[in-house]
Amino acid sequence: MLEKTGVPTKEQVMNEFPDISRINEGPVVVIECFKEIPCNPCTIACKFDAIHIGEDINKRPEVTEDNCIGCSVCLSKCPGLAIMLVDGSKSEEYVHMTIPYEFYPLPEEGDIVEGLDREGEFLEKVKVLKVTNPKSYDRTPLVKLEVSRKYMYDFRNIRLEEM
Amino acid sequence: MINTDIAIVGGGPAGLCAAISAAESGAKVTLIERNDELGGQLVKQTHMFFGSEKQYASTRGIDISDILLEKLEGHKENVTIMKNTTVLGRYEDGVITGMIDENKYLKFNPEALIVATGATEKFLGFPNNDLPGIYGAGAVQTLMNVYGVKPGDKVLMVGAGNIGLIVSYQLMQAGVKVEAIIDAAPNIGGYLVHASKIRRMGVPIYTGHTVKEAIGSDHLEKAVIWQLDDKWQPIEGSEKEYDVDVMCVSVGLSPLNELLVMAGCEMEYVPELSGNVPLRNEDYETTVENIFVAGDSCGVEEASSAMVEGYLAGLTAAAKIGKIHPQYEEKKADYIKQLDDLRSGPVGKHIRSGIDKIVRR
Repeated sequence: MLEKTGVPTKEQVMNEFPDISRINEGPVVVIECFKEIPCNPCTIACKFDAIHIGEDINKRPEVTEDNCIGCSVCLSKCPGLAIMLVDGSKSEEYVHMTIPYEFYPLPEEGDIVEGLDREGEFLEKVKVLKVTNPKSYDRTPLVKLEVSRKYMYDFRNIRLEEM
Repeated sequence: MINTDIAIVGGGPAGLCAAISAAESGAKVTLIERNDELGGQLVKQTHMFFGSEKQYASTRGIDISDILLEKLEGHKENVTIMKNTTVLGRYEDGVITGMIDENKYLKFNPEALIVATGATEKFLGFPNNDLPGIYGAGAVQTLMNVYGVKPGDKVLMVGAGNIGLIVSYQLMQAGVKVEAIIDAAPNIGGYLVHASKIRRMGVPIYTGHTVKEAIGSDHLEKAVIWQLDDKWQPIEGSEKEYDVDVMCVSVGLSPLNELLVMAGCEMEYVPELSGNVPLRNEDYETTVENIFVAGDSCGVEEASSAMVEGYLAGLTAAAKIGKIHPQYEEKKADYIKQLDDLRSGPVGKHIRSGIDKIVRR
């Protein structure tokens, strides 16, 4: 399926998510890097020993969830933009999700934007909580959003209202 | 006549790295580039590269070009750069001829030659494939990322390899609508992370589809695609029409090898390496003594491996003419390991089998 359409199955996606108990403790990365490719910047980016690939750079990254502090540095370093951050510690109703977003115009804090799934289909309107774009992110800004819990495993992108 | 230790043809990722490495070994290098700028395709690659730290992974191609130029600048006493210079031939006496600024002929007499001429785009046959608005992916990238010109408003991307996927993403970043990405193969050829990031922008990817025809009077107005069965035969009645003013054809590359053929290098057609490639040894030396190769001209791969091949060929070519780098063995082992690492996974499988066919040990 993924090999034909570029869309992972829900099962594939959910396998990459930590247990809900870990998500509810605080921010943690979710890496959707399903195919073995020669690439390892995520492991270099992580200073907390939370992402492992090892000697063979073709292996898929493995996350040690307990070591991840949710610093989000790896998100902007992944050339495949395959990493996002999920934080379920903030509310019962919502999770905070941080995604890399390389399009202009960038949204601004407080904006309401369209939340999209992995096929670019509309899920719900989501609130922009934060936009970070320091020089160290090298033109891969990160956008933190407030997403309904029920869409946690579906949400993966945003679209700004037509300007 | 321009005398030099090593002439390098092509100033892309492989040629730049070959120049750095040969100059670092103490060889006098003449780097010959037909464009007015060095960097080759790197100057159009606005995305972050894959690979590991040593191949500048996670750095954007446009910035890698600057990093390499800076490294080259560090060896400027050993490097002569000739831009706007097209190499025209290599003759039996080892002399290379070229033309600078499209008006003056030059002759070079190098002790060794490194051919890093890269690759050329393949094209696709279908009715009206010569209509304006139908581009190769390289042209679209040049327009967009070098000159800042939008190639059109609505695009059909033909090819779901890494280039097709990356250029689709860059088109969207430039505000151009990509209607769909199609590929004749049953599966997406490029990295799935690239495919997913475009798919979640709402762009459909249709594998097992190809172009039936292009329609338009004086420019592209419509593209018609159809589905292929498992024997790659088109299925009547499966046609879909797109109102697009751009069709971007990204169906692969072939090694640019004319110079190697002219020099008498033994060549072999190797599908895994995308075309006619020279037989070579592990030092990237061809069957003609002192002619070396690096990058896509000896087998189409990613820019990451082209850079490492360049470093390796620069090192070994210099050693061959007596300019031996003080850390020769160490560096050589490192480059070989980097190439093995880049090619060791499932995506490198066909490259490995292709290389097995051309390397004479």
